[in-house]
Amino acid sequence: MNRPRPEPIQVVKQRRDAALNALLDSVPYIRFLNVTFDRRGDELTAQLNFSDKHIGNPFLPAIHGGVTAAFLEITATVSLNWSQIWSSIENGALDPEDMAKGILPRQPKTIDFSVDYLRSGLPRDAYARATISRAGRRYASVHVEAWQDHKDKLFAQATGHFLMPQDKAAKS
Amino acid sequence: MADKTDLARQFIQAIPHAKELGMVLEEIGDGTACISMPYDEKLIGDPQSGVIAGGAVSALMDTCCGAAVMCHPDAPGGTATIDLRIDYMRGATPGQSITTRATCHHITRSVAFVRAVASDDDTDRPVATASGAFTVESGF
Repeated sequence: MNRPRPEPIQVVKQRRDAALNALLDSVPYIRFLNVTFDRRGDELTAQLNFSDKHIGNPFLPAIHGGVTAAFLEITATVSLNWSQIWSSIENGALDPEDMAKGILPRQPKTIDFSVDYLRSGLPRDAYARATISRAGRRYASVHVEAWQDHKDKLFAQATGHFLMPQDKAAKS
Repeated sequence: MADKTDLARQFIQAIPHAKELGMVLEEIGDGTACISMPYDEKLIGDPQSGVIAGGAVSALMDTCCGAAVMCHPDAPGGTATIDLRIDYMRGATPGQSITTRATCHHITRSVAFVRAVASDDDTDRPVATASGAFTVESGF
């Protein structure tokens, strides 16, 4: 009956956004490619903010296949990392202020990444969402879908396997 | 034949994203290409170790595989990636440039098959390998 009063919305949003921003700001390559994330609760949507430096074929023009691959891999890694640390952010084990100072949990490492190019990437913003098919103690399998104009007309999809960061305390 | 290699060289050197990553076309011809990418702090994917992001390695692999297709004697022109799989064996040593060598080992009228290996200064231990399928197009 005596349920604790829910936290005010500003507190919840501030904590989650600060944690996500700290995670993203720590990676130079995410800034270099200008990938940003939209958060709805724990769900993330990645956005590749188009720039001419993303072009691979100037005659079409089309986004470089490597940029598409990198965008999908960033989406997969960040989404996986985010899902792993979500509960620690919520229960206070991870402090967003410490995270902003660079005290961050170790990232999952990519084992392999396989990209399926379905249509050419048009010179405009792209969006992507990752589904974590399985996240075990050591390995994870993640699927990513990316689109531009129509959510159900994907321009690329990918599947990757990741090695989860091993907690040193878990070894003993 | 030299014309096709020259065209492929010009095309690769004109790719905006390849320039952005500082890629240098070291060798090209006969279905094989070699491209290097210098270490740059803006490409770091793991801030704790300073290791280059997997995505930057993917971009290098994709460019190099495309170059290998375009300079194949049986390729009529341009190409686009159908699929590309990359295996990451280890993080590239921070401070060292990454060099990729790609070979277009088989080509049909519609599809080109490519393999690539990337390494840093320690060439005995590859950083990553890739295998992919590319389209075969008549124009650029």
